[in-house]
Amino acid sequence: MTATNELVQLSAAEMAAKVRGGEVSSRELVDAHLEVIEAAEPSINAFLHVSADEARAQADAFDAKSADEKAGLPELAGVPIAIKDMIVTKGIPTTAASKILEGWVPPYDATVIERLKAAGMPILGKTNLDEFAQGSSTEHSAFGPTRNPWDTDRVPGGSGGGSASAVAAFEAPLALGTDTGGSIRQPGALTGTVGVKPTYGGVSRFGAIAMASSLDQIGPVSRTVLDSALLQEIIGGHDRRDSTSIPEGPRPMAAAAREGLKRDLKGMKVGLVKELSGEGFQPGVQARFDEAVAKLTEMGAEVTEVSCPHFPYALGAYYIIMPSEVSSNLARYDGMRYGLRVMPPDDVPQTAANMMAYTREAGFGDEVKRRIILGTYALSAGYYDAWYGSAQKVRTLIIEDFNKAFETCDVLVSPTSPSTAFKFGEKMDDPLAMYMNDIATIPANLAGMPAMSVPAGLSDDGLPVGFQLIAPQQRDEAMYKPAAALEAALEESWGGPVWQSLKTPWLGE
Amino acid sequence: MPTFTREEIEHLGDLARIALTDEEIGRLQGELNVIADSISKVQEVASADVPPTANPVPLEAYLRPDEPETPLTQAEALSGAPKTEAGMFVAPRILGSEE
Amino acid sequence: MAEKLMKYSEACKQFDPVFGLETHVELCTRTKLFCPAEVSFGGEPNTQLTPVSLGLPGSLPVINKTAVDYAIKLGLALHCEIAEWSQFSRKNYFYPDMPRDYQISQYDKPTNGNGYLDVELDDGTVFRVPIERAHIEDDAGKNTHVGGADGRIEGADHSLVDYNRAGVPLIEIVTKPIEGAGDRAPEIAAAYMRAIRDIVRALGISHARMEQGNMRADVNVSLRRSPSDPYGTRSETKNVNSFRGIEKTLQYEIRRQAAILADGGEILQETRHWDESAQATAGGRVKSDADDYRYFPDPDLVMLHITPEHIERIKAQMPEMPRERRNRLKAEWGLTDLQLRDILNADALDLIEETVKAGASAAGARKWWLGELSREANAKGVSLEELAITPAEVAEVEQLIAAGKLNDKLAKQTVAGVLAGEGTPAQVVEKHGYKIVSDDGAIEKAVDEALAANPDVAEKLKSGNMKPMGVIIGAVMKATRGQADAKAVTKIVMGKVRG
Repeated sequence: MTATNELVQLSAAEMAAKVRGGEVSSRELVDAHLEVIEAAEPSINAFLHVSADEARAQADAFDAKSADEKAGLPELAGVPIAIKDMIVTKGIPTTAASKILEGWVPPYDATVIERLKAAGMPILGKTNLDEFAQGSSTEHSAFGPTRNPWDTDRVPGGSGGGSASAVAAFEAPLALGTDTGGSIRQPGALTGTVGVKPTYGGVSRFGAIAMASSLDQIGPVSRTVLDSALLQEIIGGHDRRDSTSIPEGPRPMAAAAREGLKRDLKGMKVGLVKELSGEGFQPGVQARFDEAVAKLTEMGAEVTEVSCPHFPYALGAYYIIMPSEVSSNLARYDGMRYGLRVMPPDDVPQTAANMMAYTREAGFGDEVKRRIILGTYALSAGYYDAWYGSAQKVRTLIIEDFNKAFETCDVLVSPTSPSTAFKFGEKMDDPLAMYMNDIATIPANLAGMPAMSVPAGLSDDGLPVGFQLIAPQQRDEAMYKPAAALEAALEESWGGPVWQSLKTPWLGE
Repeated sequence: MPTFTREEIEHLGDLARIALTDEEIGRLQGELNVIADSISKVQEVASADVPPTANPVPLEAYLRPDEPETPLTQAEALSGAPKTEAGMFVAPRILGSEE
Repeated sequence: MAEKLMKYSEACKQFDPVFGLETHVELCTRTKLFCPAEVSFGGEPNTQLTPVSLGLPGSLPVINKTAVDYAIKLGLALHCEIAEWSQFSRKNYFYPDMPRDYQISQYDKPTNGNGYLDVELDDGTVFRVPIERAHIEDDAGKNTHVGGADGRIEGADHSLVDYNRAGVPLIEIVTKPIEGAGDRAPEIAAAYMRAIRDIVRALGISHARMEQGNMRADVNVSLRRSPSDPYGTRSETKNVNSFRGIEKTLQYEIRRQAAILADGGEILQETRHWDESAQATAGGRVKSDADDYRYFPDPDLVMLHITPEHIERIKAQMPEMPRERRNRLKAEWGLTDLQLRDILNADALDLIEETVKAGASAAGARKWWLGELSREANAKGVSLEELAITPAEVAEVEQLIAAGKLNDKLAKQTVAGVLAGEGTPAQVVEKHGYKIVSDDGAIEKAVDEALAANPDVAEKLKSGNMKPMGVIIGAVMKATRGQADAKAVTKIVMGKVRG
């Protein structure tokens, strides 16, 4: 597998350069990754469905294009990608990792999938997640958990643990995730990969299965900052099929990332969010974070502490708004039009209402039910103002906190997650402890700000730590530059990428 | 702050159309009381003078021109259905025997 | 079933009725409210769907501009305040015909609020109905119930769902509580519904055919002892779909509630339905917290912004409103109140106006549409509009009469030919060779023959008894195949019998 290993460990941009230079075909890239998938899946379980035939056909179609046709395509043309199974793919099963959607084959493509196909990027398959993206460990998948390539006894984070593990384990160079409260960034942190949540409205949600519509964003998962920038430029930009899509083209993110590689941050003002560090954050996480901040200073950035006094209320607001929207968005899974149908037991009237109730009881897992019930409560008559209404006000306060911070800062930073990857089962019986994983990632979702996680090295336990950068709305490029600079500086100090410490028995070493 | 009774959880299950088991109702009661307790503190800062935010990015609605596009075929529309008859989706009887 | 009812006049003596109407009007946009699936009826089931109107996972709504324009038009016609910012909310409830198991509807921030409609009653009284709001929402699919009697939901074994109607835009017009109507409440309610029907048709925003479900109303009624009392508990009768039904529902509910209250009983807050065959409202579901719809702003849709410029653009497109138009035509055509009402009842105002525009006299156009053509439509059980004759063709026939080329009888035959699909009036005349025989020689010959064939009639005529004249005219008409002018025949006969 040596040739394969060398190939799959390249960054997506490097693979693309080889494709453009004629050194390797798209088909060869696809075949190499399918080979790794086959070897890695028994220990990782990142994929719910591998679309090998479709990927090969797409690659062949790309390879058959003329030089002129290829020249008009984006930089990443020909490079394969994995898709979180929360995104609708025509003709390829899409389940949201739920029994209620098992076997559903969508008759349409999400906008981001159309854009990937137009860019000549073959789709390797659909990655695992917590059911309906609800969870922070991928343990809530109805089809078994995904394992963390750094330690297969540990979770890869969630909900997008499948996409993060697939990219970390070299099963795919790139993936798409969805981020509602940290579902791209937190798995990025726990698997030593890059994960980006774009500005809300920056990437079309058409075809992203809705969890909480006012918080959900599709975003890139990769091993380098530049790869995410290149991918976000392909999937981003206005889409008339999504009313919340911002009517503008994608920002110049790849240029910003390339600028960052020069490691010159003179004049850049970086804000350390006081409320997103210290107590509750593991010492190892805090240490890597502090070192990374020092690197930013070394490169010329002015680092100051800023306070966002309403962030301590963000988790509460999130756990009202998110379940409320979940309770409504997941109503459609009722056994009528697609997916599972379970008839009530014989002693219960065989009515449509009871069919729906027994279908939903059988089809949804515990965490999904918990959130639906909580959201149903928060929206119900008599409680709306105290719950949903209050949470929406907190949302305003958090946006104001951000706006105030961005008056003096170009970018805000914090650890991505309070801890490194935890063991399976460790937090399954304590929903509140599980929810705390997202404490640092949630404010950006509530406020619609772009945010990303980049690897900050390994903690004392040998597991990856994530470094979060947050930029103002519609200024996604503002975080790509320092992120790329930090990546370059840290890799220099480590003598290579963070994954050089990763043991990959499935690659046959 | 709020305390969920079993009856409330049952009622929420009815509203959400989930036939919760007794065991689930008991478990949810405990869990939701803990969760609700921790999130109810949003009320501390949600004073009357703060306007609510529904969408984080302030946009006004794009209005689509009234022009038809190719619809799904009937086969595509029905492709995922648990049960169909005569080109339609089958629902079990809508009224219960008790009604 | 047989509920106790109080005599209507007595009920209105003892109680003051307060009522309200929630009218659903289906808009005739080309595509659905939130997706580009075409709106059309009668097609194969489940063929007018996009992922959005089928509620597929991942699909998102996008607002149809024409639906918004139509809503603004209606708002202007109802003298509403048009909100610069309005919002769509989700109304959450489970039902097999709801593709997302929530309806998208405007809730606390509707596009149109706070208007009124002046309704003219048969005696010319004008009653002002206050409008609370007119908001935009989407329709659900359609259930067909199988295995029960007459396709009814009761006793059905299962139901079949066609989602083609799901997502069709509706406007719901909600009145404020209508007070001060007294015993005229039923009449006012029906007149209000007709006025709404006329307005939405004039605006061209709905076909507004009640019998086809383009328009339906929920009728709320409560009673109180005196106008100074607070409102009583109300009943809500759902989905009444005829003007007569609305009138009857109000009458029935006033009588039913009066009987209960007079006995010291209490009115249940419930939803009822109008049973046409029983001519009664029937009890339905008592309102409970099962009706907790958990409204919240739809996070998939951002605020709808209607600028003053947008409203001005719509204003410039507003047609004349029905009431103003009726008053104008009444004056132009010199109609009495009764004549106008006959035209309105026959639903012939548009047809007559178009016929007049095409060159006919108002009197002539009215005579055709309310006379011969109304009889024809009645006999066939179709509407005037559905007859196979256009206003222009009626005008053409009128012009042939005016030019002396057809008499009444030939004109009727010509119209019959057009209705039978034989072509335009000119083609029918040509085909049958219809023309008035003005050749006195030919008529004289026929008269002579008729008089000779009916000597007893000839005697009577000579003696000054003109009653049997018709016999001779009939015989002459027969001989000339109807082409003689009856007046000319009479003149010749008179000359002969007096000669």
